[in-house]
Amino acid sequence: MDTASMTRPAAEGGSAPNEPVIEVSDVSLRFDTRDGPVHALAHVNLKVARGEFVSFIGPSGCGKTTLLRAVADLETPTEGDIRVEGMSTEEARLKRRYGYVFQAPALYPWRTVARNIALPLEIMGFSKAEREERVRKGLELVNLEGFGAKFPWQLSGGMQQRASIARALSFDPDILLMDEPFGALDEIVRDMLNQQLLRLWEVTGKTVLFVTHSIPEAVFLSTHIVVMSPRPGRITDVITCDFPRDRQLEIRETPEFLAIANRVRHGLRAGHSYDA
Amino acid sequence: MKSVLPIVTVVLAALAIWYVAAVLLNTPLQRDAFANAGRTDYSTQDFIVASLNMERPKLPGPHQVAAEMWKSIVVIAPTSKRSLVYHGLITLEETLIGFIIGAALGIGLAVVIVSVGWLDRSLTPWLVASQTVPIIALAPMIVVILNQFDITGIAPKAAIAAYLSFFPITVGMVKGFRAPDPLQLDLMRTYSASASQTFMKLRAPASASYFFASMKIGAAAALVGAIVAEVTKSEDGGLGARLLAGSYYGQTVQIWAALFAAAALSAALVGVIGFAGRIAERRMGFVR
Repeated sequence: MDTASMTRPAAEGGSAPNEPVIEVSDVSLRFDTRDGPVHALAHVNLKVARGEFVSFIGPSGCGKTTLLRAVADLETPTEGDIRVEGMSTEEARLKRRYGYVFQAPALYPWRTVARNIALPLEIMGFSKAEREERVRKGLELVNLEGFGAKFPWQLSGGMQQRASIARALSFDPDILLMDEPFGALDEIVRDMLNQQLLRLWEVTGKTVLFVTHSIPEAVFLSTHIVVMSPRPGRITDVITCDFPRDRQLEIRETPEFLAIANRVRHGLRAGHSYDA
Repeated sequence: MKSVLPIVTVVLAALAIWYVAAVLLNTPLQRDAFANAGRTDYSTQDFIVASLNMERPKLPGPHQVAAEMWKSIVVIAPTSKRSLVYHGLITLEETLIGFIIGAALGIGLAVVIVSVGWLDRSLTPWLVASQTVPIIALAPMIVVILNQFDITGIAPKAAIAAYLSFFPITVGMVKGFRAPDPLQLDLMRTYSASASQTFMKLRAPASASYFFASMKIGAAAALVGAIVAEVTKSEDGGLGARLLAGSYYGQTVQIWAALFAAAALSAALVGVIGFAGRIAERRMGFVR
């Protein structure tokens, strides 16, 4: 197949000159279930440079969420090593180097939006004044000014997810890990949030790891797209996506955008053909 | 206002069933009574009225119980040993002390069980076993044993009340402390929150609705425990003692009055807890 040349194992992800923020070396992760072992990840290698926006795309079961969780020290690799800013994942977690945004907003229903955003700050021992200041900035950052006193159920799904992003950013972590944060939202809301997220990334300069299964979303947001395939979960392609950082939704109509989207699509198809 | 009609309907239906049952149950007694008195010329109406106003009926009519409650709550001074207020306060005191001890014990055990993984499997069977012993068999023994250490009066009854109330509270709170979903727990891990922070900021608030449900069951169980304990040592008074005295002397009206007093006490306790629960839920944003 002509796609074979594209399904190279990715030895390098980030191409920026500075040293990698995240370095995944030959990581395998196996879940031992009642039905036998599940190879969620097999020999995954990846480097992410500071300030990159890296998307992970692939069919369900390709291990993209597992990889993100392993970086966050929510799962432990069976083999291999993950370094985050030169530390082990556990050290990085204990030093609170990353903010995690889950598929669901996971706001605590008994806390107002402001107090949800303040939750990590309370845990990390920020002073009351500092907490209030950061919550105010956080609400502003995700366009939720005036909603701080509301309870989560009083907000739409998109607003809840924005609140959860503000919560993840409240303690100013270097790295933002996002697991299909907009998966449950409709296209229009998603477009809007994608634009907001891009602006946020531009302003804050965070390194973002972003799991999705939407091709346009991945191409629109990312500096690099990591294409994964299942059974065993592995990386089949890493695609560079060098649009300017302040990209607009209109770039989705351009030939360059469509060419990259096509390459991602081919990569995904190639991954699927391994199953047959 | 819409909710008043169904409530009134149910109450009226219950009263009607009660009256019919009272007449049916008292018929043999009343027939004998009339026979002994040599009366034969009574109408059906006379018979029904008489059977609902016997001094020691099998089942007293609702109005007899109401009259007895009026007399023993309002008319008789609360200092008298024939006052239901006097006995009710004794029971209430034992119940509250027992309930507070039981709640503290129950919540404490739940915290321990949730925090220390292996304790769940090693401790829970004992807790279950403790509740399979019939309290009516255990209560006299607890009273006797505590008496041995000169612990008398309210304390042994409060102990039995606590014994009955801690278990539902433990079960409810274990469930409550485990209510957070995996995502909410993962979130705490990403903040590298300590176990106690996870407990105070996630598990405890997440258990709020379980807490109030457990407290309601625990309070009602404590009252049952207190009454059972009073029956075993009736000279100290209390609604249980009143029940026992009533059954000694065949004072069915007195028994029913004490029974309703106990039910009202229980309902009041549950009501207060429910009210506190609603306030808490409103403050936690659960009321829409």
